[in-house]
Amino acid sequence: MSDAAHAHDDHSHGHPSGIMRWLTTTNHKDIGTLYLGFAFIMLFTAGSMALLIRAELFQPGLQITNPDFFNQLTTLHGLIMVFGVIMPAFSGFANWQVPLMLGAPDMAFPRMNNWAFWVLPVAGLMLMGSFLLPGGAVAGGWTMYPPLFIQGGISYDLTILAVHIMGLSSIMGSINIATTILNMRAPGLTLMKMPLFCWTWLITAYLLIATMPVLAGAVTMLLTDRNFGTHFFNAAGGGDPVMFQHIFWFFAHPEVYILILPAFGIVSQVIPTFARKPLFGYASMVYATASIAILSFIVWAHHMFTVGMPVAAQLFFMFSTMLIAVPTGVKVFNWVATMWKGSLTFETPMLFAIAFVCLFTIGGFSGLVLAMAPVDIQVHDTYYVVAHFHYVLVSGALFAIFAGSYYWLPKWTGHMYDETLGKWHFWLSVIGMNIVFFPMHFLGLAGMPRRIPDYALQFTEFNQIATVGAFIFGFSQLIFLVVVLKAIKGGAKATDQVWEGAEGLEWTLPSPAPYHTFETAPVVK
Amino acid sequence: MALGNTKTLGKFVVVTLGMFGFGFALVPFYYKICEVTGINAGAEQSLAKNTQVDTSRWVTLEFDANTNSGLPWQFKPEMRTMKVHPGQLVQVEYDVTNTSDQAMVGQAVPSYGPARAAAFFKKIECFCFTPQTLAAGESRRMPVLFVLDPGMDRDVHTVTLSYTFFNTEKKAQTGSGKSLPHG
Repeated sequence: MSDAAHAHDDHSHGHPSGIMRWLTTTNHKDIGTLYLGFAFIMLFTAGSMALLIRAELFQPGLQITNPDFFNQLTTLHGLIMVFGVIMPAFSGFANWQVPLMLGAPDMAFPRMNNWAFWVLPVAGLMLMGSFLLPGGAVAGGWTMYPPLFIQGGISYDLTILAVHIMGLSSIMGSINIATTILNMRAPGLTLMKMPLFCWTWLITAYLLIATMPVLAGAVTMLLTDRNFGTHFFNAAGGGDPVMFQHIFWFFAHPEVYILILPAFGIVSQVIPTFARKPLFGYASMVYATASIAILSFIVWAHHMFTVGMPVAAQLFFMFSTMLIAVPTGVKVFNWVATMWKGSLTFETPMLFAIAFVCLFTIGGFSGLVLAMAPVDIQVHDTYYVVAHFHYVLVSGALFAIFAGSYYWLPKWTGHMYDETLGKWHFWLSVIGMNIVFFPMHFLGLAGMPRRIPDYALQFTEFNQIATVGAFIFGFSQLIFLVVVLKAIKGGAKATDQVWEGAEGLEWTLPSPAPYHTFETAPVVK
Repeated sequence: MALGNTKTLGKFVVVTLGMFGFGFALVPFYYKICEVTGINAGAEQSLAKNTQVDTSRWVTLEFDANTNSGLPWQFKPEMRTMKVHPGQLVQVEYDVTNTSDQAMVGQAVPSYGPARAAAFFKKIECFCFTPQTLAAGESRRMPVLFVLDPGMDRDVHTVTLSYTFFNTEKKAQTGSGKSLPHG
């Protein structure tokens, strides 16, 4: 096995080299790398949009953008960060890690895996290319609400098609991952012995398979309303725009758990490693993940408390939403209990994981505040909401992606990353992130509406603080880029186990993991 | 193993297609749920709540319909009489049929009895606001939406609304169709 490891590049059985290697690859590690690379490029793309937004908001009045371009930036920033960064990054982790963790030779459907990735850049180009079309890119918000989304120009059709493609990609990816997890585990590796990362991805895959087609249906209805004279959402033809919100959030609430469950999985791998203790309450973690997923289907209307719902419905969605705090609390408790009396060390992955636990919890609490209908009606569409979902998506999903990247980078590249630069990246990110998003809570409570390029004078100071934080946070991601590139090029040789406390099948392999692994399945006792 | 994977793939594809269909099924499903449980308050919210209803008295309304001899149409109200409170929003319907073998244009002109009630008969929507074109043999149901102003004299207990349809063909040609009295 270890001989094969050193010859891993020659071991690709006459595969084409150069660009064709990547275009035609069916190897789960290559595809994982492609997903992660794509997510990285998109992170900088959508991140630059965020910096433009923050630069405009540094002062009241219009300095850099015009309102229409500003709306295009907020819309594309949201769409790309959700569909082009977080989801592909998690798919990249799944492609790399799921077969390694399960002792499988590859994914269940390698050819479909290749397709699932390569349609993504096409969708990305369609989204970015729409900036050049007459009327500019979509400016109706990432939630694609009619009537705005029915009225826009050609780029709206293009965006709908891009969403179709990205949905198709993630459905193919999820079917692949779920089938791999269900059918291709090493002998003896029962479901309840799987690493938690595989569990969270299995549940995420089910959520994606159940809800992505609903989004596809919703945007298809938008498309036919726009082009073929149907009236699903067109009030002039007897349709109902609120209907779109119901269908959209039936997809999009499970979607927010799709964006966080794999993050839970990564953190549940990282914390036990650096606490040198097994994960506390493994079974309760599995059940908590599953109950979060099931509950996610009955809470969608808490995103639309202001559409005019009867009190009974508001109460139902309010209480069912609050119920989700229970399994989430179980998870946070288990992470803390795992660290309790552990022999902790604070390498970069662990730092990001601990920041995840603390800051994601802040986002969770502001979510509970928003779950209360009377409060939500006050702060709906204000910066309070922006603060909330950036705490769960930046210091939640993105920090978990950073934690996972630092954690597995030595296994992927064979080299230890630069720990000093990693720590710089962590501290600048965590401080910058809080400077951007914490003041937004106050702005929201004071009534500053989101998605507007101008604001009243009294909001100036907090906006300036947020903008300074945004530039600290944004530019510190360049450190991460340097760390990754340095680790790919060279560095201290990583051992097979990499981390002293690491356990699991992937750490029995050489570092870097050979091109082909587990061609004969390992036996798990 | 490969066979097992194909079977699993088949199941997931069925679920995917099913959920795509479910997305569309949600449309009638939502309408039905709202209808059955009555939780869609939207319909009531769209009309401002009328606090001006004078529930202390009833007024009997009589509906009458005639056609001028120049217009071979059948014209009658759905309902002959009805009791309402002043201030209440009322909708009634009239049926009209063109019994001739050619398309014709007609316009209805209202009159009121007693005449002093006319000023208090506030029509919000009426087929009499515009000329009506009916193809040969065509039938149409036409609404009138109105409020009886609560300020109406208390000694008026019965109000008659009478419409007469006139042939406006000739006048339409001379361009004076719009000047017909209506309202």
